[in-house]
Amino acid sequence: MSLDPLLLSRIQFGFVISFHILFPAFTIGLASWLAFLEWRWLRTRDALWRDLYVFWMKIFAVSFGMGVVSGIVMSFQFGTNWSVLSEKAGNVIGPLLSYEVLTAFFMEATFLGVMLFGMKRVSEKLHFFATCMVALGTLISTFWITSANSWMQTPAGYEIVDGVFRASDWWAVIFNPSFPYRLTHMVLAAFLTTCFVIGGVSATYLLRGRHIEAATRMLKLSVAFGAVVVPLQIFAGDLHGLNTLEHQPMKIAAMEGHWRDGAPGEGVPLVAFAIPNQAAERNDYAIEIPRVASLILTHSLDGTIPPLTSVPADQRPPVAPVFFAFRIMVGIGMAMLVLVLLSAWMWKRGRLFDATRARWVLRGWRAMTLSGFVAILAGWYVTEIGRQPYTVYGLLRTADSNSAVSGAAVAFSLAVFAVVYVCVFGAGIWYLLKLVRKGPQAHETPPDTDDGEKTPARPLSLPDETLDAPVASNSHAATTAGGAT
Amino acid sequence: MTLPPTETWLPVAWYAVIAFGVMMYVLLDGFVLGLGILAPFAEDEDQLDHMMNTAAPIWDGNETWLVLGGAGLLAAFPKVYALVLSALYLPVLLMLIALVFRGVAFEFRFKAKTLRRAWGIAFWLGSVFAAFAQGVILGAIVEGMPLQEGKYVGGAFGWFSPFSMLTGLSVMSGYALLGATWLILKTDGGTQRVARTLARPLTLNVFGFIGLVSAWLPFLDSRIMARWFEGGRFLWLFPVPLLVLAVTWALWRAVPRGDREARPFVLSLCLFLLGFVGLLLGMWPNIVPPSMTIWDAAAPPETQGFALAGLVVLLPAILGYTWWSYSVFKGKVAADAGYH
Repeated sequence: MSLDPLLLSRIQFGFVISFHILFPAFTIGLASWLAFLEWRWLRTRDALWRDLYVFWMKIFAVSFGMGVVSGIVMSFQFGTNWSVLSEKAGNVIGPLLSYEVLTAFFMEATFLGVMLFGMKRVSEKLHFFATCMVALGTLISTFWITSANSWMQTPAGYEIVDGVFRASDWWAVIFNPSFPYRLTHMVLAAFLTTCFVIGGVSATYLLRGRHIEAATRMLKLSVAFGAVVVPLQIFAGDLHGLNTLEHQPMKIAAMEGHWRDGAPGEGVPLVAFAIPNQAAERNDYAIEIPRVASLILTHSLDGTIPPLTSVPADQRPPVAPVFFAFRIMVGIGMAMLVLVLLSAWMWKRGRLFDATRARWVLRGWRAMTLSGFVAILAGWYVTEIGRQPYTVYGLLRTADSNSAVSGAAVAFSLAVFAVVYVCVFGAGIWYLLKLVRKGPQAHETPPDTDDGEKTPARPLSLPDETLDAPVASNSHAATTAGGAT
Repeated sequence: MTLPPTETWLPVAWYAVIAFGVMMYVLLDGFVLGLGILAPFAEDEDQLDHMMNTAAPIWDGNETWLVLGGAGLLAAFPKVYALVLSALYLPVLLMLIALVFRGVAFEFRFKAKTLRRAWGIAFWLGSVFAAFAQGVILGAIVEGMPLQEGKYVGGAFGWFSPFSMLTGLSVMSGYALLGATWLILKTDGGTQRVARTLARPLTLNVFGFIGLVSAWLPFLDSRIMARWFEGGRFLWLFPVPLLVLAVTWALWRAVPRGDREARPFVLSLCLFLLGFVGLLLGMWPNIVPPSMTIWDAAAPPETQGFALAGLVVLLPAILGYTWWSYSVFKGKVAADAGYH
């Protein structure tokens, strides 16, 4: 068997970035959630807000630490595996990526430290300010990294000199045509991911009769937030789709499994299910609903979109992964919508927070705890695989972007990555689950640097819970679940 | 006096920034990697705790210098970034994976109860591999990268040579020396005794490696040291080897002294600094020997200028904070301090 370095490099990049993206996506939402919790605590002086703040801060610290560790690899991957892309597009995306690193570095060096370890050292207002700045910092990081990605999807503000991209207008580079849509869609996705983790954790506590007061409060917030933001996200996703139709029509055609034009006036059907057949240029086992895709994408019943066969076969993305990933993302979005609307209705009827009367809805929340992560990964697969066969859309082909490394070398590094990541991030995720299982504790002492043993540069040093010994006794459960037992 | 045009000085400025970043990384992370390499010499788990606690307050941020170096290199010298990282594919990825492994092992060892020993071994292995890979990368760059029409023609194992293996071992033993002298400074009791016992053999070791590498340099294809003997250069370059001799001698004498505990560590840092400066002087103005100069490799001024603007605003703040955090956490670490 011959090892194809191009395919293996793509798998490796996908593997490494998929692991990495989970942690930043979670911390973007968590940082804003922490700012909200602290604001409530300072306004109401209700100690439960502060307990929740300390609880989620530990989870934030571990996730942030894992994100930093997995990010080390990211800043070198473009050079090791995609050296031609780096050489040709580095002039344009290099500064965007360095701005991202600088922002993250700056934040880590200043406000993160005050936020994680400074509760007992600075005034409450200054601490709240630090939390807000951390939340802002995660959003600025998202801004730069999304801008770099968007430029590769919809390049603008450049000129090509001797086969190399050069920036001619930085403003146009940064605010390229797909950037506002992608940024909005990504930030809302990160917020929703965190929202469903919080809601799912709360529902699990309610189902087990633990941390009742805290869980009720958090679930209320998740339902309220979700009821507003899930519809917003569906709207933003629709706008992002229309933008993609304008700039990357083949991605949309792959998402819709749309191979060729129908009869005039027939419009484009929505393919509910099918198995796309790339070789035969058609869908097998298709279930179609006439005219719905026209309605969604052109807002008319007989509008058309360019089909896959309108370009030569070597300019089409692989259809099946884009087609299925898109349906997974949309399916999760719809499930989220149903769940938040149902929960809102049950809340209005006063039944949501009763584990016996709302069992099925709470189980729904529990089942959906990690759904945001799946939706984010699926969404990224849609946009990244849908951009194929290009790295810089329409200008630089993926097959011309990779390094001249041997397939065996990439196979070796991919295998080592797989083993190390499973150990390292397996342990990290295990530790997060353990913190969640323990739950919020009443009147927990806020963390401190303990005479310098802990440090802002090491967010992972914040929680004291052990990695592999049994969970300690549960004081908050005893106090808050007391009424229920 | 007229200023030189931007396309002349911007690459020099960026070269200085990246050299500074690499130096910061080597000096700050070097001794922590050294602690990891020395982990098997700890007499028991408590002593390893003690060793790791000395680095606990400060080490993780060090890796951010490396990330900044990577992103900075992509922005300022995309050709170097593309060439070096892809040509040295295996050692670079080995280094990155080892750093990830070591980073997480460091944290989880403190949190683990039953698997404490296993995470300690992971910390040791990660440190050893990362240090060795860094030395191999250094050796391969110094040896020079054969290019044809701008493309690397050395093959997947072009970096593998007796010289790069030698530099791999040199960097490992150098880091181990930094680690041992750091422990003399930061600990007392049994841990300090172990560190003192190790420091003198390690000094000899490092001196031997510096001698071997230096003797080898004139025979490399990249002729990196040939320029040392061109024209009048030798006159103002020869203090470097003399200083290396003097520092090594001072270090040898400083190790057993009980009253000057910071001196061995400072002298070890000086050795690294001298080696680094000597290397840059030998390579200048090439960024990748034997023929790619910093001006050949530089991104166009609009790119270097835009990226430098952010750096000029944020870097002083980062440096200030790094300095502050070191001064807050200075002093000895008692044997029983640490994670609870």
